[in-house]
Amino acid sequence: MINLPTSSLPAILVGLPILVATLSLFFRSRGKAVVGLLGSLLTAGLALIAFVEVAQLGSVIHILGGWEPPLGILLRMDPLAVVFIGMTALVGVFISLFAWWYFRAQESTNGKFSLFWPLWLFLWAGLNGLFLSNDLFNLFVTIEVIGICAVALAVLSGKTDSLFAGLRYLLAAITGSMAYLFGVALIYGSTGTLDLGLLGQILEPGKTTTFALLVITFGLMVKMAGFPFHFWLPPAHSSALAPVSALLSALVVKGAFYILLRLWAEVFGISLTYAGGQLIGLAGAVAVIWGSWQAFMQTNLKLIIAHSSVAQLGYLLMIFPLLILAPGVVAGSADWLSPAWTAGVYQVMAHAFAKASFFLSAGIIIMAQGHDHKGSLRDLASRMPMTTMAIGIAGVSLIGLPPSGGFFAKWMLLKGVFLSGQLWWAPVILTGSFLTAGYVFMLLRLAFAPARDQEPFRPVPHSLQVVALLLALGSFLIVFPAENLIQFLESSETFGSGIESIMEGGAYGNN
Amino acid sequence: METTSILPLLILGSSFIPGTLILLLREDQSSQRTFLNIFGAVAKVSLIALVFAGYMRGEDYTFVFSLAPGLNFTLRVDLLGLFFATLSAVLWLITTLYAIGYLEGGRHRRRFFAFFSYCITASTGIALSGDVVTFFIFYEFLTLSTYPLVVHLGTDKAVNAGRTYLWYTIGGGTILFLGVVGLSVIAGPIHFGQTEIIASLISENATQLAILFFLMLAGLAVKAAIFPLHSWLPISMVAPAPVSALLHAVAVVKAGAFGIIRLVYDVYGIETAGYMNLLTPLAVFAAFTIIYGSVRALFQDDFKRRLAFSTVSQLSYIALGVAITGVLSSTGAIVHLVHQGIMKITMFFAAGIVAETYGFYKISEMNGIGRRMPLTMGAFAIAVFGMIGLPPVAGFISKWYLGLGAIETGSYWVVLVLLGSSALNAAYFLPIIYRAWFCEPVQELVPRRRSGRLETQALMLIPVVVTGLLSLAAGVFAAVAGSPLSIAREIAERLYLL
Repeated sequence: MINLPTSSLPAILVGLPILVATLSLFFRSRGKAVVGLLGSLLTAGLALIAFVEVAQLGSVIHILGGWEPPLGILLRMDPLAVVFIGMTALVGVFISLFAWWYFRAQESTNGKFSLFWPLWLFLWAGLNGLFLSNDLFNLFVTIEVIGICAVALAVLSGKTDSLFAGLRYLLAAITGSMAYLFGVALIYGSTGTLDLGLLGQILEPGKTTTFALLVITFGLMVKMAGFPFHFWLPPAHSSALAPVSALLSALVVKGAFYILLRLWAEVFGISLTYAGGQLIGLAGAVAVIWGSWQAFMQTNLKLIIAHSSVAQLGYLLMIFPLLILAPGVVAGSADWLSPAWTAGVYQVMAHAFAKASFFLSAGIIIMAQGHDHKGSLRDLASRMPMTTMAIGIAGVSLIGLPPSGGFFAKWMLLKGVFLSGQLWWAPVILTGSFLTAGYVFMLLRLAFAPARDQEPFRPVPHSLQVVALLLALGSFLIVFPAENLIQFLESSETFGSGIESIMEGGAYGNN
Repeated sequence: METTSILPLLILGSSFIPGTLILLLREDQSSQRTFLNIFGAVAKVSLIALVFAGYMRGEDYTFVFSLAPGLNFTLRVDLLGLFFATLSAVLWLITTLYAIGYLEGGRHRRRFFAFFSYCITASTGIALSGDVVTFFIFYEFLTLSTYPLVVHLGTDKAVNAGRTYLWYTIGGGTILFLGVVGLSVIAGPIHFGQTEIIASLISENATQLAILFFLMLAGLAVKAAIFPLHSWLPISMVAPAPVSALLHAVAVVKAGAFGIIRLVYDVYGIETAGYMNLLTPLAVFAAFTIIYGSVRALFQDDFKRRLAFSTVSQLSYIALGVAITGVLSSTGAIVHLVHQGIMKITMFFAAGIVAETYGFYKISEMNGIGRRMPLTMGAFAIAVFGMIGLPPVAGFISKWYLGLGAIETGSYWVVLVLLGSSALNAAYFLPIIYRAWFCEPVQELVPRRRSGRLETQALMLIPVVVTGLLSLAAGVFAAVAGSPLSIAREIAERLYLL
């Protein structure tokens, strides 16, 4: 670990957004927006540079202040981290642009929402920090920062329902963090270290480790709204302002998933059991069906989209059982792990782009119609073809039809299902797609249906519609570099040879 | 395989790019739109002609883009693909002209023509797909790009038809997806034509391969409208006439039929499929659909619905020809792809003209219309004779080969099905001819649109006459080199000799 090349980029990636966010606090509302937007563009540019650096050098590290671990803090930027940072930057920069025009279009209330910018940049710093963290406590700090910023953003609109939703969100976030912290304390107590790399080597299976794994997984499940701890997500995501909804669903929940993936693959490999994997997979499967069904039953656009997130996050949970074979089962191919984690990464990215686009489109419709009852979609295809197109494209990716990123994820997921011999997940994946098609096409059907009433229709700036459409297209474009991206990720420690030996050890070591 | 050619991609681009540009135009820029449409259609036909000529000289056109290990996007030119691509491209060109005339002054033409172009992109993509995955990608793209066309009118009826259409096609797509992924896991990436891969696996994975075959077959049977998965087709007839004509006579339904051909001939291989006894269920369902569709057609008064049930019936000729092994029946199946396409598109064109010019949608209203529209109803009559199987129209050739193939393999029941179907075809089509030509009009016929002395707009009239004549020519000149029959025969012979 220590002999990896060092770079100052990881520190800047976290430091810069914090700096800009702090700076923006000194400005009035208008200035906040200008500084915030500039900060977003800068951070996104940095992420691009970071991506190039890792692509050239491989993983790099940064030791904060020169204090080496276990005393100091080490940031590690490996391919997996930089892919998540890159995704955050891409989606983030589009949402920033949207927010800029969105708040400008609501000139009268501009000042009220200007806190969006510092909060969003702090959140961004937290996300970058999370992806770069290499120890359990750092991860805790970053999810706390993310959680606080996310709750504050969620209640930014100041409406009553968003305040109640925000309160629930806060309680869930705190519960999750506390559970996580409890697990971290147990690990630290028994091993005396928090460093992920070190823990992966020295952590011994045992009651304490298993219990720590359990509470940490529980905490992170709450944070990422994994079924059955998803109750806080639909109200919080649906009541927020459009750019905030997009941020929360596209990026924030993915942070907890990232930690879960890292910890399962790198730290707890030895303690994982087949039953544990199946259980988390079952939670995912129920989420897929239940979330999609709930989405189908909603009458408000933003609630449909929010429930859809519950289902889409369920797919992420379904990759965990595929990483752990049943005792005695031989995989269908030597390369049986690769499809499962590829599915995970692609599901994260495809959902980020598609869901951000979806929420932004909902914001556009609310701007035009004043409400988001699904009836407001009537005749949308004539009134706002571009937004209809965005909803259609994003929806197609959520369903998983080719050639979208969602399709790629489902393809890989299904392949993983076949290779691991766990065929019982296949009907869930397909039923989920079918139900998703149900609510997506319910929306599109309305968009093509004739308008019933002559409601007032406010024209929405084209710039907003273009951003939503570009994000939707993004969920398709991510498929093209897939092969290079997978190769790049395979050089990562998480997905390299490390995961394979750890997971196989787990599969066979516990029977 | 080493050579990489951009040409197949250009063929797709020749409709995808104009489609996208059309979306970027304003609704009122109709002359630019028309230019893009016609330019794209002509470019596509020319490019395909170029590739066809090169292929005949023995050149190889392959385009591969690797998405992930084992997941390639492959476009590859072979004779069967070119055959289907030519059909799509030529009929697209003709239908584009027709659609420009038909939709003159209509709403949402930008959306219509853009998605129309996307549909044909999907259709040619299906034709040029080099492997199962690529085929599946375009198969689903076709579903999506057709949807806005089905709901084009935006009425409640259209929107509900769109819903039915999607439930069927998305359901079929999902089942196909499962089959395709399963196949790629068991057998790895399979290029069309590499039938030896499956053949080498049947001793070990016979049951899985049989299950996967039926999964994929079921997925394809939805678009091929094989009973009991056919109901979406008559309902989708609410779409405008050019859509019904091109998409529901050629692009969409043929995607299913073409997929079945690919699945049996180029993935599993006729020998393997026959050896595993996979084709009997297909033969039974196809034969039943032929009769069932015809019987249902008898009772439809709505012109387009009668045509739709006729399509249900006619498409299963292709599936039936695939299910009976033998060079002759394979030739019959493959050539029917083209023959059914040009005959049915003629009929839909005619139906659209009658509806647009006189506002008649029902057969019972059409008394005496033939004397007012001799060219339209003349072309329609040629197509009818072809459908019934009268020589020398194209349909006769298909039926002749299918019948010979059935006798060759001793499947005499198939001959009975063919004869029964011909009788039924006559029973539901001839009354239309009789009414149009020999009955006195009930009321005075007042055309709603006219252009000069022609019976309807030239842009609609020329296409129907052209496709009518093509139906005749395909039959009369069947023996000439380069005719659909000669190409179909060559495809079939290669299948059995290799």
